[in-house]
Amino acid sequence: QESEASGLPEYIKIVEVGPRDGLQNEKVIVPTDIKIELINRLSRTGLPAIEVTSFVSSKWVPQMADHKEVMRGIERHPGVQYPVLTPNLQGFHSAIAAGATEVSVFGAASESFSKMNINCSIEESIEKFEEVAKSARNMNIPVRGYVSCALGCPYEGNVIPAKVAEVSKRLYSMGCYEISLGDTIGVGTPGSMKRMLEAVMKEIPLSALAVHCHDTYGQALANILTAIQMGVAVVDSSVAGLGGCPYAKGATGNVATEDVIYMLNGLGINTGVNLYTVMEAGNFICTALNKKTNSKVAQASFNTGTIN
Amino acid sequence: NVVPTAVKINLINMLSETGLQVIEATSFVSPKWVPQMADHTEVMQGINKLPGVSYPVLTPNLKGFQAAVAAGAKEVSIFGAASELFTKKNINCSIEESLERFDEVMTAARAASIPVRGYVSCVLGCPYEGKISAAKVAEVSKKMYSMGCYEISLGDTIGIGTPGSMKEMLTAVMKEVPVGALAVHCHDTYGQALANILVALQMGVSVVDASVAGLGGCPYAQGASGNVATEDLVYMLNGLGIHTGVDLQKLMDTGTFICNALNRRTNSKVSQASCRL
Repeated sequence: QESEASGLPEYIKIVEVGPRDGLQNEKVIVPTDIKIELINRLSRTGLPAIEVTSFVSSKWVPQMADHKEVMRGIERHPGVQYPVLTPNLQGFHSAIAAGATEVSVFGAASESFSKMNINCSIEESIEKFEEVAKSARNMNIPVRGYVSCALGCPYEGNVIPAKVAEVSKRLYSMGCYEISLGDTIGVGTPGSMKRMLEAVMKEIPLSALAVHCHDTYGQALANILTAIQMGVAVVDSSVAGLGGCPYAKGATGNVATEDVIYMLNGLGINTGVNLYTVMEAGNFICTALNKKTNSKVAQASFNTGTIN
Repeated sequence: NVVPTAVKINLINMLSETGLQVIEATSFVSPKWVPQMADHTEVMQGINKLPGVSYPVLTPNLKGFQAAVAAGAKEVSIFGAASELFTKKNINCSIEESLERFDEVMTAARAASIPVRGYVSCVLGCPYEGKISAAKVAEVSKKMYSMGCYEISLGDTIGIGTPGSMKEMLTAVMKEVPVGALAVHCHDTYGQALANILVALQMGVSVVDASVAGLGGCPYAQGASGNVATEDLVYMLNGLGIHTGVDLQKLMDTGTFICNALNRRTNSKVSQASCRL
């Protein structure tokens, strides 16, 4: 196997965050039925995990106000996970009542970011998540942990790898099965990615790590490549690169799922995902949002009329 | 749209101030084929030539070479391809015939002590032939290197390559040409450029081609991007602690200038992110 010989993982799990992280950072409020249609289309692509919605107060995140309807309205394909964000115990209970079978909690490696984003310190946020993790454990609900600002913070600037490792360890110790390390503002490069992963890998087993790279500075694929060269085998991405950057107006955010899959296909790495059907789902949501795709693969493919 | 000569000259002058060591200035090709480069002589004669900076120009044949030297060029480039069909469509002859034409340029260049850079197009795929064998790329590269090109720039002309195919291609080429004489010229049409460049760097390549603001679309996929943006490349290399001598801010300012002049948005993500609207 080409990928075996190169030391890269044979299989990489793609976690599709478009319907939640992507749409949450798009200006246009998307109707519930469009969200459901998007998720259903994504369910047919082979993606193993699709982040569906967020059980957060609609006061804070209007885009996710229809979380119950979306959760109840989507098709649930066997073998596909449908995690939802639950910032606290209340959100967790609401999610379970609506049928969620996996949840996520969002920590940060920066105090300033934690304060500005969820109005509490890292320590306070960890306490809230511990409540969620405890309830989740009792109900056999898997919990995924996110660490934001892993390669830099919009307020603090530089973030030290040791801090990322520390927060990751706290989330892992409380029972998160996987820790997704997020380059929230996309400032990271293969250099900082390597240093950060080296620190985190001392505390968390490789198999429990994921990377969530933003393409704000065009570095996402190079950063992802670096991570997978170090053995990371879970990558977050967003169909059509949905979701701008709230910290740099007009700039892009999430890396496009299509572009990630294109790269992994070229490396001979199995993802189980059909690139063409992802592009079709991307085309669907971009049409609905009346916007151009952020995926270069989609741009190139639809313009030549051929898919490579 | 044809860019006014004064704008071209200003662009090159601004690039000269960024610390870049090599700036491809123009092409001595017939204006019938490439109207955008019709002012090649004026551009060559109009730019400030900073000491320590090279200003290579394209010379497709002996005639172009002679015109270039007459206009003051001190370095030239020739463009080959790893695809027969691409060569036929692009310059209406076979690979072998194109190399014979270049041989004339090489002989004249050697006599005038003018260094020649060789480009190989379609190294990771061809818009007409599709897949291109790594062995073919190695063969054409070897020929051009043996003819006397001091450097071979391997071009992913349609941006279709990935780190997988880049690695395979470079492995084959490095058997025939020393890595110190290799460069990569990646297109970002499928968003793969920086990942492909990273792999090339990991394999020892230390010369990378890029275009300020990612100027230059892809003629084979309408609306799609082409060249990788120099700003985004420099950002990555800075993050890797690799020295380039290039001032990123001055580079971004240059990108802003040319995009304003062309009335278009930049293709550089670093530039987009850095401009707080």
